[in-house]
Amino acid sequence: MADMIATRDAYGKALVEFGAKYDNLVVLDADLAAATKTEMFKKAYPDRFFDCGIAENNMIGVASGLALSGKIPFASSFAMFAAGRSFEQVRNSVGYPGTNVKIGATHGGITVGEDGATHQCLEDFALMRTIPGMTVICPADAGEARLAVQAAIEYNGPVYLRFGRMAVPALYDDTYAFSIGKGSRLVEGNDVSLIANGVEVEQALVAAELLKADGIHASVVNMATIKPLDREMVLEEAKRCGCIVTCEEHSVIGGLGAAVCEFLSETMPTPVLRVGTNDCYGRSGSAKVLLSLFGLDAAAICEKAKAAIQMKK
Amino acid sequence: MEQKRISELSEIARKVRIGVVDAVYSAASGHPGGSLSSADILTYLYFEEMNIDPAAPDMADRDRLVLSKGHASPVLYSALANRGYFPVEELKTFRKADSRLQGHPDLKKVPGVDMTTGSLGQGVSAACGMALAAKLDGSSRRVYAVMGDGESEEGQVWEAAMFAAHYKLDNLCFVLDWNGLQIDGAIDDVIGPAPFDTKFAAFGWNVLTADAHDFASLDAAFAAAREQSGKPTVIIAKSVKGRGVSFMENQASWHGKAPNAAEYETAIKDLQA
Repeated sequence: MADMIATRDAYGKALVEFGAKYDNLVVLDADLAAATKTEMFKKAYPDRFFDCGIAENNMIGVASGLALSGKIPFASSFAMFAAGRSFEQVRNSVGYPGTNVKIGATHGGITVGEDGATHQCLEDFALMRTIPGMTVICPADAGEARLAVQAAIEYNGPVYLRFGRMAVPALYDDTYAFSIGKGSRLVEGNDVSLIANGVEVEQALVAAELLKADGIHASVVNMATIKPLDREMVLEEAKRCGCIVTCEEHSVIGGLGAAVCEFLSETMPTPVLRVGTNDCYGRSGSAKVLLSLFGLDAAAICEKAKAAIQMKK
Repeated sequence: MEQKRISELSEIARKVRIGVVDAVYSAASGHPGGSLSSADILTYLYFEEMNIDPAAPDMADRDRLVLSKGHASPVLYSALANRGYFPVEELKTFRKADSRLQGHPDLKKVPGVDMTTGSLGQGVSAACGMALAAKLDGSSRRVYAVMGDGESEEGQVWEAAMFAAHYKLDNLCFVLDWNGLQIDGAIDDVIGPAPFDTKFAAFGWNVLTADAHDFASLDAAFAAAREQSGKPTVIIAKSVKGRGVSFMENQASWHGKAPNAAEYETAIKDLQA
């Protein structure tokens, strides 16, 4: 795993790349361009970059006005502020009018690390998922992040994209085709299905390797789109494996795990255990240590996988 | 402005006000006070100031109007209907389950509505985005946002004010409907958002004042706003809440309630006088 790249870096690069193709692509930030990596776009296209200052709520409204005038705005900040602080602006000025706004939220999840709980957004999937018409995506590696940006541009409607601060390995080669609303199976297995997104896809892959030592063959699915959920694939996994472990760098309440549970409980009740933060706040520390401390690492996934298998009849 | 035109606009504004009262009475709910205080402002904008075409509500280079004080939807709907965007008769469907005239404006449902509003402080930000887009397009189209005086208590209004001044959005004009009352009472008693002029001036805006019920005064202010270069303009328009309906004038209690049958008769009589 030579190439370790944070998805926020891939986001910044993708904005520059697609900025060349789409001259109506504009980028807004709220004084975090160096951290969200939109500064790459600012350098390449200074006339189409607008710093809104530390004023996220106005930024979301400005984005909506730009979208209503034919622009494709990417509004960027940390997930905590884009989805958290500005929830109601996103709901009423983007979601309800259905404006073509893309929210590029970086620094999602516990792997924000040292900045601690105030900046570790563990609720953004839940918040954004409740907004009717909102698409919610959390890519797992740099290549997928680039494709997700492209897909968001080509899709007409509100999209929330969550990117991470921590560098992650490349999981896909150039042949990977990303589609909004489609999961991607990385490992075939029939004993338990690990459905993950973001940094947790890597952890799930490591867990699947570890489980082999115990004779357990885990399926690993990257469910980058949380909404709309790839129901077909979830159902397939449930039927084939009989139990599921969801893995996300997010609260167990309201995110990918919740989406999978909601869907299966109404279609094919199946044991589902959720790896995520357990209704708690984060804390300062290195990203790696925190993944372990909060039960989000491969070892924790293995434990849940074994417990899920026990729940099968 | 010629007296003849002032008389014409006054006559239109009278019809717009009747539409407000009809809508709110038919719905048995809604916000008449702030609709009536904004009636002359919206009449001026839709019938005199803006480059628009009711037959082509999505025309790319039209001027935009964002009713940031979205609860005054009755006056927006009445102005649009009287301008020809949809039948005036439809105002009586306001707030009903099968109507496109939602309690607060919905751009997806009603032709001529440029932004979905209702949550205070948000419309002004969208207006900033529209003005910025016009600049990027090199278009001369202008963007207007009508906001409430109470609305200025939302911090987002001042985020928007900072943004518009920083990006020199001189194609943007806010009209602050200064009727002095909000739901809980007089704005000065509730939290005291005034003064507006020095606040906007401190944020780098061109500040103008007008009488919200005097078309000559509005005409002069909007003309001056067009001449302004390098700065956004706010027109602080002193108004009377409930203007035109005797028992509603200057009464905070008429912010958000509908008249009963007897009150409706009086209101219509007042407006036909």
